[in-house]
Amino acid sequence: MVSLSADIGRRELTLADKLRGIQWGLVLLLAMIAGIGFAMLYSAANGNLQPWASRQMTRFAIALVAMIAAALIDIRYWFRSAYWIYAISLALVVAVDLRGIAGMGAQRWIGLGFVQLQPSEIMKIALVLALARYFHGVSTDNAGRLRYLAAPALMVAVPVALVLKQPDLGTAMMLLACGAVLFFLASVRLWIFGAAALIAAAAAPLAWSMLRDYQKARLYTFIDPERDPLGAGYHILQSKIALGSGGLFGKGFLHGTQSHLSFLPEKQTDFIFTMIAEEFGLVGGLALLVLYILVILYAFAIALRSRSQFGRLLALGIAAAFFLYAFINTAMVMGLIPVVGVPLPLISYGGTAMVTLMLGFGLVMNIGIHRDVRISRLGESRLG
Amino acid sequence: MPNESQRHKLFTRRAALLAGGQALLGSLLAGRLYQLQIVEKDRYTVLADENRINLRLLAPQRGRIFDRFGVTLADNRHNYRVVVVPEQAGDLEATLTALASLIEISDADRRRVLRDARRKHSFVPLAVRANLSWAEMARVEVAIPELAGVAIEQGMIRHYPHGATAAHVLGYVAAVSEKELTGDPLLELPDLRIGKSGIEKSQDIRLRGAAGTSQVEVNAFGRVVRELAHRPGQPGEDVVLGLDMAIQDFVARRCAKEPSVSCVLLDATIGDVLALVSSPSFDPTLFSTGLTQAAWQELSTDPRHPLVDKAVGGTYPPGSTFKPVVALAALDAGVITADTAVSCPGHFDLGTATFHCWKKGGHGTLHVRDAIKESCDVFFYEAARRTGIDRIAAMARRFGYGSAVGLDIAGERGGLIPTRDWKLATTGTGWQPGETLIAGIGQGSVSATPLQMAIMTARLVTGRAVVPHLLREGRLPPGGDQQAPAFAALGINPRHLALVLDGMRAVVNEQGGTAYAARMSDPALAMGGKSGTSQVRRITQYERDHGLRKVTEIPWKERDHALFVAFAPIAAPRYICAVVVEHGGAAGGGGSAVAAPICRDVLIETQRRDPARRLPGPVAQSGPLARPGGG
Repeated sequence: MVSLSADIGRRELTLADKLRGIQWGLVLLLAMIAGIGFAMLYSAANGNLQPWASRQMTRFAIALVAMIAAALIDIRYWFRSAYWIYAISLALVVAVDLRGIAGMGAQRWIGLGFVQLQPSEIMKIALVLALARYFHGVSTDNAGRLRYLAAPALMVAVPVALVLKQPDLGTAMMLLACGAVLFFLASVRLWIFGAAALIAAAAAPLAWSMLRDYQKARLYTFIDPERDPLGAGYHILQSKIALGSGGLFGKGFLHGTQSHLSFLPEKQTDFIFTMIAEEFGLVGGLALLVLYILVILYAFAIALRSRSQFGRLLALGIAAAFFLYAFINTAMVMGLIPVVGVPLPLISYGGTAMVTLMLGFGLVMNIGIHRDVRISRLGESRLG
Repeated sequence: MPNESQRHKLFTRRAALLAGGQALLGSLLAGRLYQLQIVEKDRYTVLADENRINLRLLAPQRGRIFDRFGVTLADNRHNYRVVVVPEQAGDLEATLTALASLIEISDADRRRVLRDARRKHSFVPLAVRANLSWAEMARVEVAIPELAGVAIEQGMIRHYPHGATAAHVLGYVAAVSEKELTGDPLLELPDLRIGKSGIEKSQDIRLRGAAGTSQVEVNAFGRVVRELAHRPGQPGEDVVLGLDMAIQDFVARRCAKEPSVSCVLLDATIGDVLALVSSPSFDPTLFSTGLTQAAWQELSTDPRHPLVDKAVGGTYPPGSTFKPVVALAALDAGVITADTAVSCPGHFDLGTATFHCWKKGGHGTLHVRDAIKESCDVFFYEAARRTGIDRIAAMARRFGYGSAVGLDIAGERGGLIPTRDWKLATTGTGWQPGETLIAGIGQGSVSATPLQMAIMTARLVTGRAVVPHLLREGRLPPGGDQQAPAFAALGINPRHLALVLDGMRAVVNEQGGTAYAARMSDPALAMGGKSGTSQVRRITQYERDHGLRKVTEIPWKERDHALFVAFAPIAAPRYICAVVVEHGGAAGGGGSAVAAPICRDVLIETQRRDPARRLPGPVAQSGPLARPGGG
């Protein structure tokens, strides 16, 4: 068996090989999650496909094609383009800062004629891609050395700073966490994490002074949501009421009172998990979480079977980003963490996050397809 | 490749740690979901229901008021108002302009609607105008298909079919004022009206009923999505009065001939108030639709006090109508008897002071019966002097004077019966003997309401402590009340009572009696009574010396009041009438000249209708007696 797999690894993969290698189980899981999203967007519009569900379906169809395409492209192409993709994403983030459209008190979108792009969403995958490439070329011994960490630290810090300036606390947190996960998987020594945490704690008062008033209000509200039930605490309180009143089996599809009577804010975007848990109860909420876990387990399985450090880091980096999306969003609507603008992956209404995440899973599948392809430090293939 | 395999091993270990961390965070989420959705489910379910379910109160229909025969005195009418929903109207200004071509809309109304439209949610209906007439409503109704967002809403308004006729008895309703709020949410309903005076006020709780509720589902903006449950309110109880509206109407029209009159008509046997009039009156319906400032100003500044129920709330010196009480006090004390003779030279001297009789030349010698008949002041000066003020006061109290009897409407006053102790307590000075004489003719500090004068008369004819009441247990049964309530006996010597009543019979029915001119032509309907003329202003010695001014030269407000109390029929007295004509009426006459004819007309009409026994319906007999006053 060992020699057989080595044989496969030695020759270039044909398109047929690649198609056979696609993880159709993963595709099915992603489609199921997106399907839940369509149903909830249909419910959010009081039983109408317009204005959200139908557009989200179109986006998913496009994203599905993009995902398959991303999975079939040779992994070495992705490896070589990693820094370019990062650079372009960074440029887009800067562009948002320069001439973005103000929306919801923060600048996050960039108009591209027919679509609006949220570069900070793309940045999450681009950062993982760039860090995976960087740490692929750094040996385990060097990964423990501080001077090898300056470049990747900068790669994380620059977009974080730019996104914070927008200001988008949620995305900044996610970029930072994704970076940390990559550092951790790349075997960076644990004491460095400890030191970074200490520095962060020391810098916290400074960061606090730089926060916008509404961000401070969100943090206050997080600590005591009932402090201002009609103002900043309204969202989280209404979300908890919706969740709690859902009970074990929920109020039934299309019968969520909190969401349908408009007590629940942003029900089609950031608070869509609340709607799921209100209409389908604890059972529905847990079922969705299980689907997310299965997706992440898929990514772990693919990562552990990959022969390249780049593939392993990229697969788990994307899985971590996906986990962070799901965790931050659900923890926020449950009142576990402050209200931050992070969508529920593959379900919240919104195009950029959907396409970006699907591209991310395209990369994960790509790693699965190309698990035996070895990549040199500079990116040219080196057969087994 | 040891380096690569070592890197893979390290990666796998770190990946396992990462998975562990994610599992930990994942179970945190699951735990939190369990806490919110299972442990705290009930609490959040309640909060969710509080969010979406709005309990709205429905105003109950106010109880109606009937007279003894079931004639409606107060009921509820539909009130139409035109409302506009800005959301449906689109161009609100254009809609208002179109409406203004159909019904009158003032600039103030227009501004209010436009202002409210900016302040409120666009789905909230705004009242453009209330109290539409039938014709106005019809015009709007026809045009509604072209007027987007315009609708006619129906409310209830209190209606008094007889207008001003029994306004003081019924009272009126109006919007709840700030200080009447008790925390009962019903009182906070914007359309609720509560009783402000009369029966409407005293029986308000009974009439009000219990609020219904409507459970509606609302969204976060307060828009009603649907009604979940509807519980109609309990309409208020109906209230039946002892009043006979036909007689009340007659009395009101008879009294309206003089500027300011009050009249009380009682059934002495059972205490029913058959009519209670304070003239001039007001239309209580005006208060339910909302009184204009000008109308309020006119009502509240009229010197004849149309808003005050003078029949129970006006106090007057009873004058000579008080003499029967003084006579009974003297007889009861034994200081006079039926045969005690007193000589009247036209004045009575007490020390250096001189007290005059109304008859300048004097009455000559007379006994108590004729002293009542001719209303001799000197006889009663002497009787009062012998009896003393405290015994007179005690007797007056037994006849209902000096304190309110507790009629079932508010606004009743108690009048005043002076005593030695009262004088000392209020002025700090001792009682003067002359004051007893003045009290003996119902003047000075003595004051009483027309209601009390009627009570005195009712007690005289029955010998019992009659207490009048407006409310009845139910409508009059066919054949009249079978059982009269047993009022406690006053315990006064019946021979004394008979003597006084004989004097009162003579007042009207014997030549020389003060009200002989007001006697009935039909002896079967004949009444007995007592006249009174009470001074508003003291007659000065200068005036006595230089001749009294003609009444027409005295300003109206300074003229004497004319009073008369009467009972009928003589043989078996049942109907009691007391009349006070403020300042002697338009022509300015005394009790016998102005008040007695009113009593006569009222008692003739009452006996013809005989409300204590008769069934309702038109009076069979009609003739010159039907409208003695001429309508």
